Amino acid sequence: MKRLNGRKPGELRPVVVKAGVIEQADGSALVSMGKTTAVAAVYGPAILHPRRLQLSDRTFLKTVYAMAPFSTTERVRPGRSRRGTEICMVTRHALEPALFLEENPKAGIGVYIDILQADSGTRTAGINAASVALADAGISMRDLVTSVAVGKVDGEYFLDLEGEEEDVTKCDLPIAYMPRGKKITLLQMDGDMPAKDIKELLNLAVKGCEILYEKQKQALKERWLVK
Amino acid sequence: MSELLKKDRELVIPGDEIIRSMDFLPGKNCFREGNSIYTKKIGLVSVNRRVISVIPLSGVYIPKAGDMVLGEVIDIQNNGWVIDIKSVSEAFLPLSGVREFIDTSKTDLSKVYGMGDVVYAKISGTGATSVYLTMQDSRSRKLRSGRVVKMSPAKVPRLIGKEGSMINLIKNKTNCMISIGQNGLVWFEGEKESKVIDAIGLIEREAVVDGLTDKVSKLLEG
Repeated sequence: MKRLNGRKPGELRPVVVKAGVIEQADGSALVSMGKTTAVAAVYGPAILHPRRLQLSDRTFLKTVYAMAPFSTTERVRPGRSRRGTEICMVTRHALEPALFLEENPKAGIGVYIDILQADSGTRTAGINAASVALADAGISMRDLVTSVAVGKVDGEYFLDLEGEEEDVTKCDLPIAYMPRGKKITLLQMDGDMPAKDIKELLNLAVKGCEILYEKQKQALKERWLVK
Repeated sequence: MSELLKKDRELVIPGDEIIRSMDFLPGKNCFREGNSIYTKKIGLVSVNRRVISVIPLSGVYIPKAGDMVLGEVIDIQNNGWVIDIKSVSEAFLPLSGVREFIDTSKTDLSKVYGMGDVVYAKISGTGATSVYLTMQDSRSRKLRSGRVVKMSPAKVPRLIGKEGSMINLIKNKTNCMISIGQNGLVWFEGEKESKVIDAIGLIEREAVVDGLTDKVSKLLEG
């Protein structure tokens, strides 16, 4: 099967990464991968309220993922959803290993991800944006977190699936990856496939993440470099 | 001894390797993993003999003993005041940190510093999760009038300038009294208050540009 818009199997969608898009936030970023656009805003570390959430040995990381009502062809009902709650959790788990949360006990960091336009891969775009926003906010990090989804369509391994491809794939695999330490911080699978496919797909996803990593670094440099 | 992978004063992104050597020590905002030293934060590399550190370009204020900060009273307890200093934790101003003697059985603490009052205080010490303030410093006082604006704490050194050159320029040109908190809150009162806001805005936007003093001086004259 040929890919839509003539992409090669191992090619990402056109990626745009911008840091510092929201002035009021301590740190922010916009990531768009093809027709999927995510904006992340980071606040803190700051005093955390309500107090019962404070952790005595580390910073509390709060992640909020929300899709805009107009982000898809059918209106998305705003507010909590089963899917949204799950994505909040996996995003938090994907970002936590990159942070030095033990530095500011009892404080809280808030990461707010909004999906402005959705065309598959919203959690991966959200994680990419959140990691750039965290770095932009001057929060201590081991590395940036990059994220991309891969899948198998008609016997071929495709990188960064878009909406129509995701609809026909039997199985897709979103991952988050810290390139410096070569660590995977998120691995989900929707569908099933043989073990050898997963190995191939992981290799492909890691390659995609390396490219995204450079884009993220470039965006941060553009924001902070002395002109 | 091995070579620096990043130059002194070069911009680094979290996770960037600065040096691969055990002959150096990781300083502020850096960490060691294996044989290498990496940066934790976005900032500029600073090499001081054998200590590698990074000067952050953004981020919230991290309290340090001896710093002067501006803060707002947010709670009154029976032995002192809780002050919001816009940092990772609240600060506490104990009775012992106030210059005059206060008999708690006779005086209402809110008469000394009430809720919402703004104080210019010195950080006397910090613990793991606690920050203590003191007014026992000639610069410390309660602010009764004037205005307070917030700026990025990472850019406060630029507002002050080398040995106070920038802040003295602003003070002289605008005829304002200005008190700078290291936490990014700036208090001022005087003739051309709006000019002070403009100058702070310019410094915040163009903190890393060369010839900033000239630009600020032009802005204040125009």
